[in-house]
Amino acid sequence: MTLGMVLALTGAVLSTALAGIGSAWGVGIAGQAAAGVVSEDPDQFAKVLIMQLLPGTQGIYGLLVTFITLSQIGILGGNPITDTHTGLMYLLACLPIAIVGLVSAYHQGRTSVASIGIIAKKPDQFGKAMLFPAMVETYAILALLISILVITNIH
Amino acid sequence: MGDLSYVYAVARIRVREKYLLSNTDIEQMAGMKDEKSVLAYVRDKGWGEQGSDTGAESVLAAEEEKTLALIRELKIDPSVLAVLSYPNLYHNLKAAVKEIVTSEQHPAAFYPVEKYGAEDMPRIMKDRAYDELPEHMRAAAEEAHEAMMKTGDGQLCDVIVDRACLDAMLADGKRSESRLLREYVESTVAVTDIRIAVRALRTGKNLAFLKKALAPCESLDVGELARAASESEEKLLGYLENHGFREGAEALRKSPSAFERWCDNRLIRTIKPQKANSVSMDPVIAWYLARMNEIRTVRVILTAKANGFSEDAVRERVREMYV
Repeated sequence: MTLGMVLALTGAVLSTALAGIGSAWGVGIAGQAAAGVVSEDPDQFAKVLIMQLLPGTQGIYGLLVTFITLSQIGILGGNPITDTHTGLMYLLACLPIAIVGLVSAYHQGRTSVASIGIIAKKPDQFGKAMLFPAMVETYAILALLISILVITNIH
Repeated sequence: MGDLSYVYAVARIRVREKYLLSNTDIEQMAGMKDEKSVLAYVRDKGWGEQGSDTGAESVLAAEEEKTLALIRELKIDPSVLAVLSYPNLYHNLKAAVKEIVTSEQHPAAFYPVEKYGAEDMPRIMKDRAYDELPEHMRAAAEEAHEAMMKTGDGQLCDVIVDRACLDAMLADGKRSESRLLREYVESTVAVTDIRIAVRALRTGKNLAFLKKALAPCESLDVGELARAASESEEKLLGYLENHGFREGAEALRKSPSAFERWCDNRLIRTIKPQKANSVSMDPVIAWYLARMNEIRTVRVILTAKANGFSEDAVRERVREMYV
C-alpha cells in the first residue's frame, strides 16, 4: 500500500471516527435528559426523542464522507490512488466534517439537554425549543458540503 | 463546562417544577376563608397521601417525606443534604438541653432527624455522650449543656447553639462542590446575622452578647454590625443601607413581619437563577429548597387561618415562591 493510500484512508477513518464520537456523546447526554423527562411525564416521549436524535446526524455525515472517499480512492472499486500528494489532499478534505462533526455534536448535545428542559416545563413550546439545537446543525452541514465538494473535485 | 453527571436528575426536576406552588396559588390561599379550604386546595394539587383524609400536619409531613424521597432517589451528594439539615439538627440539640434541665418531655418539639431525634438526642445529652454527636456539634453541645446547668439561661443556650450551627453550615457549605450551596450558606449566615442584630437591638442586648451571637461571614463585617446594633436603630439601618442591604433596611422600617419576609425572600432569590441552569446538582438543590419554602409557607397560612388571622395579616407573613 502506498503512502498516498494510507493518508487518504486516514482521512476516511477520521471522518467516521471523530464525527461518530461527537454524535455518540451528544445522543448519550441528550438521552439521559430525555429519560429524566419521560420518567416523570411519559406523554413527552416523542418530543424528547426528536431532541435526542438531533446530535446523531454528525455521525451520519461522517459516514457519508467516508463512503465517498473510499469510492474515490479506489477501495470500493476503480483505480487505487498511488501518489502521496493526492492522498494528502483526501486527508485534508475529510478534516472539516471530522473536526466540525466532533465539536458540533458535543455542543448540539448540550443544547438539546437545555431544550429538553424547556419541553419538560412547557411542552407546547416544542417548536421553539427544537430551533436551538437545530442552529448548531448549520455548521455540521457547512462542513459536510465542503468535505464533499473538495473530495469530488480531487483529480 | 458544568457537571453533566446530573442531567437525568435535572430533567426530572424540570418536570416537577411545574407542580410547585406559584405566587398566585399563595395569594389565592391567603384569601381563603378558613384552614379547611386551604387544606382542600393543596390536596387538589396532590399534597398529602392519596385517598387519605388526615389533618394539616400529616399532609405537610407527607410532602416533606416525598421531597426527601425524591432527593435520595436522585443520588444527590449526601453531604449537601447534611448541611441543609443542620438547622433541624441543632434545633434538636437545643430542645434536648432544655428538656434535661426542665425534666419535662416534649417529643413534639423535635424534628425527625435520623439518629438525633426525640429519643436519641435527649439520651446523648443526659449521658453527656458528646462523642456520639457529629464532630461539629460536640463543643457547642458541651458548652450549652454546662451553661444551661449553671445558669438556667435558655437564651444563652440558644446563642451558643445557633452560633455553632451557623459556623458549621458556613464551614461545611463552603467546602461543597455545589456553587449554589456555597452561595446559599453565605446568604443564610448573613441574613441570620442581620436577624439576630435586629432582635438584639429590640431587646436591648449589649455588644458582648452580639459578638458572641454573630457568625463571621464574607458579606458582613460582624464587628461593625454588632457595634451598630448595640448603639441605635438608626446606626443599624445606616449600616444595612451602606453594605448592600438597602431593601432589608426598608423592610425593617416598615414592620417586623415585612423584615422577616425580606429575610426569607432574599434566600429564595439566591436560588432563583437555577431555573435556567441545565447542568450540575444545583437545580436539584434549588428545587429541594423551594419545596421546603412552599411547605413552610403553607404551614404559615394554615396556622394563621386556624387562629383567625385577617387576610392582610396572612399576606404579610407569606413568602415569595420559587416559580
